[in-house]
Amino acid sequence: MAIHNILNNTGEWLRGEGPHHQIVVSSRVRLARNLKSFAFPGWAKKHERLQILEAIKPQVEALTEMNDAFSVYSQDLSALEKQVLVERHLISREHAAKGVGSAVVMNRRQTLSIMINEEDHLRMQAIRAGLQLKSVFKMIDKVDSALEERLDYAFHPKLGYLTACPTNVGTGMRASAMVHLPALVMSEQINQVIQAVNKIGLAVRGLYGEGTEALGNLFQVSNQTTLGEKEEDIIARLHKVIEQIIEHEQNARQMLLQKKPNTLLDHIGRGYGILRHAYSMNSKEALNLLSFMKLGIDLGFFPEGCRQPIDELFMETQPAHLQKGTQQKLAADERDSLRAEIIRAKLNEFPRPDVGLPPTSSAPDGNGSQN
Amino acid sequence: MHCDVCKTNQATVFLTQIVDGKMQKVNLCEACSKEKGVTDPTGFALADLLLGLGAAQEMERGGTVQKCPACGFSQADFKKTGRLGCATCYTTFADGLAALLKGMHKGTDHVGKVPARLAKSIEREVQLKTLQRDLKKAVASEDYESAATLRDQIRHLDVD
Repeated sequence: MAIHNILNNTGEWLRGEGPHHQIVVSSRVRLARNLKSFAFPGWAKKHERLQILEAIKPQVEALTEMNDAFSVYSQDLSALEKQVLVERHLISREHAAKGVGSAVVMNRRQTLSIMINEEDHLRMQAIRAGLQLKSVFKMIDKVDSALEERLDYAFHPKLGYLTACPTNVGTGMRASAMVHLPALVMSEQINQVIQAVNKIGLAVRGLYGEGTEALGNLFQVSNQTTLGEKEEDIIARLHKVIEQIIEHEQNARQMLLQKKPNTLLDHIGRGYGILRHAYSMNSKEALNLLSFMKLGIDLGFFPEGCRQPIDELFMETQPAHLQKGTQQKLAADERDSLRAEIIRAKLNEFPRPDVGLPPTSSAPDGNGSQN
Repeated sequence: MHCDVCKTNQATVFLTQIVDGKMQKVNLCEACSKEKGVTDPTGFALADLLLGLGAAQEMERGGTVQKCPACGFSQADFKKTGRLGCATCYTTFADGLAALLKGMHKGTDHVGKVPARLAKSIEREVQLKTLQRDLKKAVASEDYESAATLRDQIRHLDVD
């Protein structure tokens, strides 16, 4: 499969609908694995890295899950192509910086992606829409079990899977869910939630990690520790916490509808107005306004048909996605006008927010998010 | 406030994280935050970063071994990178790592998945250890009958 097949089609998780997909954008599980008799990629010399790569890559390509895979050496991807993959969470930023000696293999649906010679010899991940950590784990676990038959993993009876970084040793697993929490941010409860989650050994990061002020009200919740707890237990614990976060977000939304309907409508209305009429917009502003649109759809202010275009814009307005269509590098101001143009075009047919729903009194069924 | 990593630039990125009740704070400048991958949603964990700051001393306190015989990785390299060189490093620097891992994780022993191929040999190793311990006890208490049985069992395991 060629790179343009990947670039021109967004992954399944971006379109797919999963459980709780309104609030949980995606679930992801990654496993870190290393081969027994080679130095870790960061310490291995170039010829050794190439040896490792040639030992692993054919085995990964031979997986049944990868029978229609896109497989490519890092040096054969342009910087822009790599950036697109980063924006889709298919490779890490660290992997995007790699050249000769590294590769990535992903399936057509872009639900599985295996990085070779990232920080560890193998970094494999599965990603799907909505809250389905368990099935995502199963998916990647199966791949791991198939690979372990053919590759000699570095495994220690006491410490488990050995990784370049001691923070990953043990299960080598990082499970995470990306959640959209606009109401918790608006009602200023988000910090409490983050602190509570941190207390039980889970980490909360923004979409791009900038402190707690997450772009587009998107947060990633993940396990922080990997040693001393079973994979299934980590997943179950994380799942439970995410369910609680969903509940808090839903409560916060109802609270805003009942107590501060004007603030809520103002955010959504402004988002709609600016997105439809702006001629220049940076990606931070776009993400934040798109977040309000998404919330507006969840609350029934826009028809359900608006959901997919908005979800797509979250990705399409990212810098590399924006430029992949133009085939040339754009200056920041050119990107901003192109971004505004794409958004205007997509929102052209959008109806105005239907505030006829009586948000001032309590919603008819006490739940404005039915659809 | 200066950046914790380069100690020269003004810090603009502030990270706070609480892991098991312990608060950890790091302040970074724009350049270092990029370099450390703080802006990378997939690769970054604050502990990774902290590893490079406080962890090296922990490692040094733990052991006197300077270089990994398998890959030549040294304590100084760990200090610089916060990463290890190869699988054998975990044995080479075991003492220093033990303290580090204890503070970092929920437990000190892996209880999760075991590669199917290794599961058998690991199980046997555990069995062997238990038998050897029991044998010692039996000998110490002059229970030679049990000792003989245990000895046979150990032999049996060794042959398998």
